[in-house]
Amino acid sequence: MNAPTGMPVGLLALQGDYERHEASFRALGCATARVRRPGELARVRSLVIPGGESTTLTRLIDLAGLRGPLLEFARELPVMGTCAGLIMLARELADEAVAIHGVRTLGVLDCAVRRNAYGRQVDSFTAPVALQDAAASPQPFPAVFIRAPRIVSWGRDVEILAEHGGSPVAVRQGRLLGLTFHPELTGDLRLHRLFLGMG
Amino acid sequence: METFWTDPRIDEPFRHKVGLAEMLKGGVIMDVTNAEQAKIAQEAGAVAVMALERIPSDIRKTGGIARMSQPAMIKAIQDAVSIPVMAKVRIGHFAEAQILQVLGVDFIDESEVLTPADNANHIHKHDFKVPFVCGCRNLGEALRRIGEGAAMIRTKGEAGSGDVVEAVTHMREVMTQIRRLTTLREDELMAEAKNLGAPYHLVVATARLGKLPVPNFAAGGIATPADAALMRQLGAETVFVGSGIFASEDPAPRARAIVQASTHFDDPQVLLEVSMDLGEPMRGRAVNEMQESEKLAGRGW
Repeated sequence: MNAPTGMPVGLLALQGDYERHEASFRALGCATARVRRPGELARVRSLVIPGGESTTLTRLIDLAGLRGPLLEFARELPVMGTCAGLIMLARELADEAVAIHGVRTLGVLDCAVRRNAYGRQVDSFTAPVALQDAAASPQPFPAVFIRAPRIVSWGRDVEILAEHGGSPVAVRQGRLLGLTFHPELTGDLRLHRLFLGMG
Repeated sequence: METFWTDPRIDEPFRHKVGLAEMLKGGVIMDVTNAEQAKIAQEAGAVAVMALERIPSDIRKTGGIARMSQPAMIKAIQDAVSIPVMAKVRIGHFAEAQILQVLGVDFIDESEVLTPADNANHIHKHDFKVPFVCGCRNLGEALRRIGEGAAMIRTKGEAGSGDVVEAVTHMREVMTQIRRLTTLREDELMAEAKNLGAPYHLVVATARLGKLPVPNFAAGGIATPADAALMRQLGAETVFVGSGIFASEDPAPRARAIVQASTHFDDPQVLLEVSMDLGEPMRGRAVNEMQESEKLAGRGW
């Protein structure tokens, strides 16, 4: 599966803030297409799994028959996950009480994440983070963390692009990009541009 | 890029509040009265739960003053699920809101479903770190609430009725008024702000965006997957389902079906499949047969 670059960037549009990602890619002059059914994956060159609720995304991915097709897609083509989207990509959860919460990740990105690791909504925050390599620019990125997860462990193939408070907050493994924060909620397009450069 | 998110006047706390509302888009927010129901809702795929002691249809039946729920009951629900937990305060009751903020609820609904505490004023919501959602029946009401700091708007409908007619009326009214704004000349917007009773800068922002500056959800009378799909097609970005789930015969399958209907709202084949074998919906009461004094939507200023 080798998609021509003329194809649009796909947004997994089951639930979450996919419209904000659409606006970001459009600002870069890039076409987008929404994906809700397995067949629609064949029409996009890469895929974004947006922020949202990971329990809801789990349920909707399985009910739409998307789990297998998403795994196959992520083996070949670029996928970016932000916040809940990162959780869906992760190898495993590091929550304290996983069993009752009904999240089943795709398991393609070699890291373990703890959900809501910074607390509840009143603990949401923005922090400047330095980007390694990514768009190699001296300006810190305004990272918006909303009920954000934390990456608590990661494998050797995982490259850390940014850290905050001693934990990775932006990681890359091959064609997979995982962010614990929300670049789509700012006007800063550097990480979307980086993703476009991944294929 | 749309002006709202890149506008430097949007302060950081408000960005976080609207950010959470953005994350809830395309989902279903369900009313629950205990931890057991909250788990059923989460398992069904709810994006958030609204914790309250009585669902609106029971508030209608039992009468009396409806107030903020007991904090212990809300706490038990917070401990039971990982999704955001919302709770309601009376219109204008900022002390109830202060308590809920300390409790750590993720969203406060300043709601007409509870008995109003102030006959003229709503809460000044910019004072809080926790985001607020407020109801509206028209664009002027929506923009006044956003002016006070609401990070999410929901059309009111008629809570606890099981009748979707008022939800449709209010959503059509808001969307029609927004479409009208986009056809006006710049020099006509101040007069329109006066007509709407809405803050001028938000009238200008809405005219430019062609939509509300914060997410626009629907509530009040949604009882079936078809109701959810109807509201989504009319412009709602997410639906609240209050009495419609736990006042129905078999809540869990109905909750799952409404979650799928909100996502696949424009795919009638999926809507048909999820509408099969759901048991009886809530019985409900026709809004057109209610006395004016029984209606909740008129509360709010």
